Amino acid sequence: MSFIKEFSGKYPEHTHKNDPKAEELLSTAKFDARFQMCNQDKCIKKKGEDYEPCNWFKKQYQALCPGFWTERWDEQREAGAFPAKI
Amino acid sequence: MSYWCQMYFQNGVTFTSMRVQWAFGMYCVVLMLIFVFVMFSVLLCCSGSHQFIYMLTDHNLERIWGTVPLLILVFLSWPSMGLLYVLSELETPLVTVKCIGHQWYWEYEYTDFAVVSYNSYMVPEDELKLGEPRLLTVDKSMVLPFSVWCRILTTSFDVVHSWTVPAFGVKSDAVPGRLSESSVKVEMPGVFWGQCSEICGALHSFMPIRVEVVSAELFSKWLWILQSSVWEG
Repeated sequence: MSFIKEFSGKYPEHTHKNDPKAEELLSTAKFDARFQMCNQDKCIKKKGEDYEPCNWFKKQYQALCPGFWTERWDEQREAGAFPAKI
Repeated sequence: MSYWCQMYFQNGVTFTSMRVQWAFGMYCVVLMLIFVFVMFSVLLCCSGSHQFIYMLTDHNLERIWGTVPLLILVFLSWPSMGLLYVLSELETPLVTVKCIGHQWYWEYEYTDFAVVSYNSYMVPEDELKLGEPRLLTVDKSMVLPFSVWCRILTTSFDVVHSWTVPAFGVKSDAVPGRLSESSVKVEMPGVFWGQCSEICGALHSFMPIRVEVVSAELFSKWLWILQSSVWEG
């Protein structure tokens, strides 16, 4: 059976796992289908600037979006020209 | 990296590239067997020693030479179809790196802990040191940890580029306005090279990629040093 699995191109189980020492040192944004940058603003508007969980959204978009995109969005947001309802 | 008179792929260091190269090797073997069989049959027919003038119909023979190629094709498509979906799978990463194509250099961003970015330019030929490869040496490499799933996000600042590292089995188009995602888990440490693979202007051939793969501890120390020191890029 394992030969058939390998012949079909399936990876062995151990390849899906990360190095255990690396899991203690490193982490990044996980997959989230709901992710949008404007969620952080909506979160801040509803809960206020000091609400710590809003920073989760900020961490996600900073990890995933290029810097020049987020800078442009910040400028658009400050100018009131962000193309989404916040 | 590539070497003089190379006839096959570079050694794969990710499971993806190893599997793809294995499948290619298997297809080459089947191809050679079929080629030898066909050439043998042609020579046999040309020799004139075998004649089939009394054979008018043979349904069994027709069944065989219809079914056997079909079975060969099913056999060949099995690993290919499996790999097609496995290559698109995105595993849970521990590191995210953004590779942003510019004309004509790459910018690498690591923003998991703090916003860190630097540019990677090709070293011109007259500034190369002894032993450094021409058109591949860069001033700053991208660094990744080994045995760790890494998310590589590619995009472009201007025109379409393509971030390629043959040893990883990765070729990811960097399209402006779009973020392309690849999942890479390098199984061994080392230095791996690539070049831009989408025509992007006059210096398209002069924006190479150099990736240094190190242990997770060294990678996190390097990232900490990057954040704490000023690295002009």
